[in-house]
Amino acid sequence: MNEKQTSILLEQLRPALVLLALLTLLTGVAYPLAMTGLAQLIFPDQANGSIITRDGEAVGSELIGQSFDDPGYFWGRLSATGPFPYNAAASSGSNYGPLNPALFDMVQARIDALHAADPGNTAPIPVDLVTASGSGLDPDISPAAAYYQVPRVARERSLDEAVVRQLVENQIRERLWGVFGEPRVNVLELNLALDKFQTKGDS
Amino acid sequence: MTANGLMQVALYLVILIAAARPLGTFMARVYEGKPILLDRVLGPVERLIYRAGGVRPDAEMNWKVYAFAVLLFNGVGLLVVYVLQRVQGSLPLNPQDLPGVTSHSSFNTAVSFASNTNWQGYSGEVTMSYLTQMLALTVQNFVSAATGMAVLVALIRGIARRSAGTIGNFWVDMVRSTLYILLPLSIILTLGLVSQGVVQTFDNYKTVHLLQPMTDAEGNTITEQLLALGPAASQIAIKQLGTNGGGFFNVNSAHPFENPNPFTNLLEMLSILLIPAALCYTFGKMVGDTRQGWAILAAMTIMLTVMIMGAYAAEAQGNPRIGELGVDQTADDTNPGGNMEGKEVRFGVANSTIWATTTTAASNGSVNSMHDSYTPLGGLVPLFMMQMSETIFGGVGSGLYGMLAFVIVSVFIAGLMVGRTPEYLGKKIEAYEIKMVSIVILIMPLIVLVGTAVAVLSDDGKATIYNPEAHGFSEVLYAFTSAGNNNGSAFAGLGANTEFYNTALGFAMLLARYWIIVPILALAGSLANKKIVPVGAGTLPTHTPLFVVLLLGIVILVGVLSFIPALALGPIVEHLMTL
Repeated sequence: MNEKQTSILLEQLRPALVLLALLTLLTGVAYPLAMTGLAQLIFPDQANGSIITRDGEAVGSELIGQSFDDPGYFWGRLSATGPFPYNAAASSGSNYGPLNPALFDMVQARIDALHAADPGNTAPIPVDLVTASGSGLDPDISPAAAYYQVPRVARERSLDEAVVRQLVENQIRERLWGVFGEPRVNVLELNLALDKFQTKGDS
Repeated sequence: MTANGLMQVALYLVILIAAARPLGTFMARVYEGKPILLDRVLGPVERLIYRAGGVRPDAEMNWKVYAFAVLLFNGVGLLVVYVLQRVQGSLPLNPQDLPGVTSHSSFNTAVSFASNTNWQGYSGEVTMSYLTQMLALTVQNFVSAATGMAVLVALIRGIARRSAGTIGNFWVDMVRSTLYILLPLSIILTLGLVSQGVVQTFDNYKTVHLLQPMTDAEGNTITEQLLALGPAASQIAIKQLGTNGGGFFNVNSAHPFENPNPFTNLLEMLSILLIPAALCYTFGKMVGDTRQGWAILAAMTIMLTVMIMGAYAAEAQGNPRIGELGVDQTADDTNPGGNMEGKEVRFGVANSTIWATTTTAASNGSVNSMHDSYTPLGGLVPLFMMQMSETIFGGVGSGLYGMLAFVIVSVFIAGLMVGRTPEYLGKKIEAYEIKMVSIVILIMPLIVLVGTAVAVLSDDGKATIYNPEAHGFSEVLYAFTSAGNNNGSAFAGLGANTEFYNTALGFAMLLARYWIIVPILALAGSLANKKIVPVGAGTLPTHTPLFVVLLLGIVILVGVLSFIPALALGPIVEHLMTL
């Protein structure tokens, strides 16, 4: 390599360092700060986690599921987060392969729990109710999974099945423009609606 | 499969293809230096950057200087990412007091983000401070994507120019990609995502009270939930647009704070392929024959559609063993059905498989479902998408320059068949060009297969395999396929945050990126130098359906020949075991 070529290569050192520094300022500092500022200004609720409050207390996020195993509440997806389910500070799926015996044990345990809580219900169980979500934080279940649980919840709460069913139907979110995504029910919001309905009923 | 699911696939593809032309035209103007509307706002910023960096924007580079600038810039960037991770514990913007990252994990992540792979051995919310996410990771999301686009543009100039000694100025191509293309699109996408609930804040993680308290495995009562937050939306926007794919949170776009509903999912899925698709049109525009761009886009779209349908069909079938337990896996309007392990209800099987196929078509690697839990054939699709050298759309820039290497091989093989000197767009394809594209095409299978073999033969490699039997082998094959194609997605059961995998996969990503960039730039330099030969009777037209079929045949053939034995040991044998 002759002297001229070496000097051309050396000339690249300054732009490499300066451009990285400037682009860091632009894309690593200015861009996220400006986006945060705008987000906090225009969409403060959404940007901070879509928090649900009840009686002035934060009881969860619209978007993050919680663990329910009380038969009087609707149950959500299985969650594989550690060290306890629905750990929203450490999202994780189960990563069980399709033939992993641990997968079948997990599914069978959920089936047994559902049957134990509602021995009379012999209907086939919707698949989303016995499988773990990808995030471990899935806030939703399918309408089918909610309907499956209506008899149990109604009995535990001494409510009419039709009333509980109506509450479920009120909570169904349809597909985007009737096409994209899947119909779903937010489990936390459904359970909150259930609690609210009964407090109103009691008073 | 349901009618609605097929409708989702069709609409997605239609919107994607419709966006290719307007964005492609715009990008061609950016790279040809023609006036655009954004000049008024960003022109002064661009000129300021050049002045401070001592860049003369009109001074062009030959391919060697261009390649040196690419490597130097990426090398410096890699070093910065490494150091920032190591010392984050004593830096600000670290509300969770996260300590410095281990040396092998820092090395892996630095390579991963500089090489536009965004393989993540670590888990975002428990490893990286906000400062590291911004200054190290977000920055590389932009500049690694811009690097890929710059290299592509250099190759396009090489094809388009005649008897020229230079192929452009790397600094200009990189800065213009960032300023005029990646940044504006990211700003729009960020705001769209935040409006739907993607978080964007510097606050501490938030504590909420659980509606129903629960007990953990040790019998402790838990009454609160700690919600991980952060400036996520701004990083997600560029991770999708720049085919980076590195999530803010551990589970990437399956996390409801990264991807809260079907609308954000649609936006994010479109963003994965938006720029790679549009660059095909940009290519056609810059070589002066848009039919050439459409032909390549057609080849990519055909392959993508077939593979989406394959993954969708496999996952919609569900897992037969779970069906035997009395579980309803049939899809209807109230039940997503199919194999829902590792998938989110709001996306169901259709949106999960569209995403899985597109993210591995592009070298994006973000996920909205856990590929490790797919049925054997469903999981084969993302694996094979990557093994076709990430040329079906591929990474921003890198996908199309990889595909152009296959185009040159196709022209060469067609030339052999009829006994004519092969040429592409008026450039004679000779021994030097074929040597360069051979390196480009053969490097990847070499890295993937040797890496996988070493891993499954070593105790360190086998120690962190998660699933038993054939699926465990698939996890390792997937990891090296992902690293060797700069994709970044994973069969995430594999414990990859170990010294062995961080080091081995780090080197795989490094070689896969730069051992391809250098021969591509050499190819660009050599093509730029050539004269244009006039179209004659022996010229193979490269915009016809016949050529599209030939090109696809070659891409598939190379992928199949390289990987069928390995696939037979993993997903194929696993599928046979489910029967």
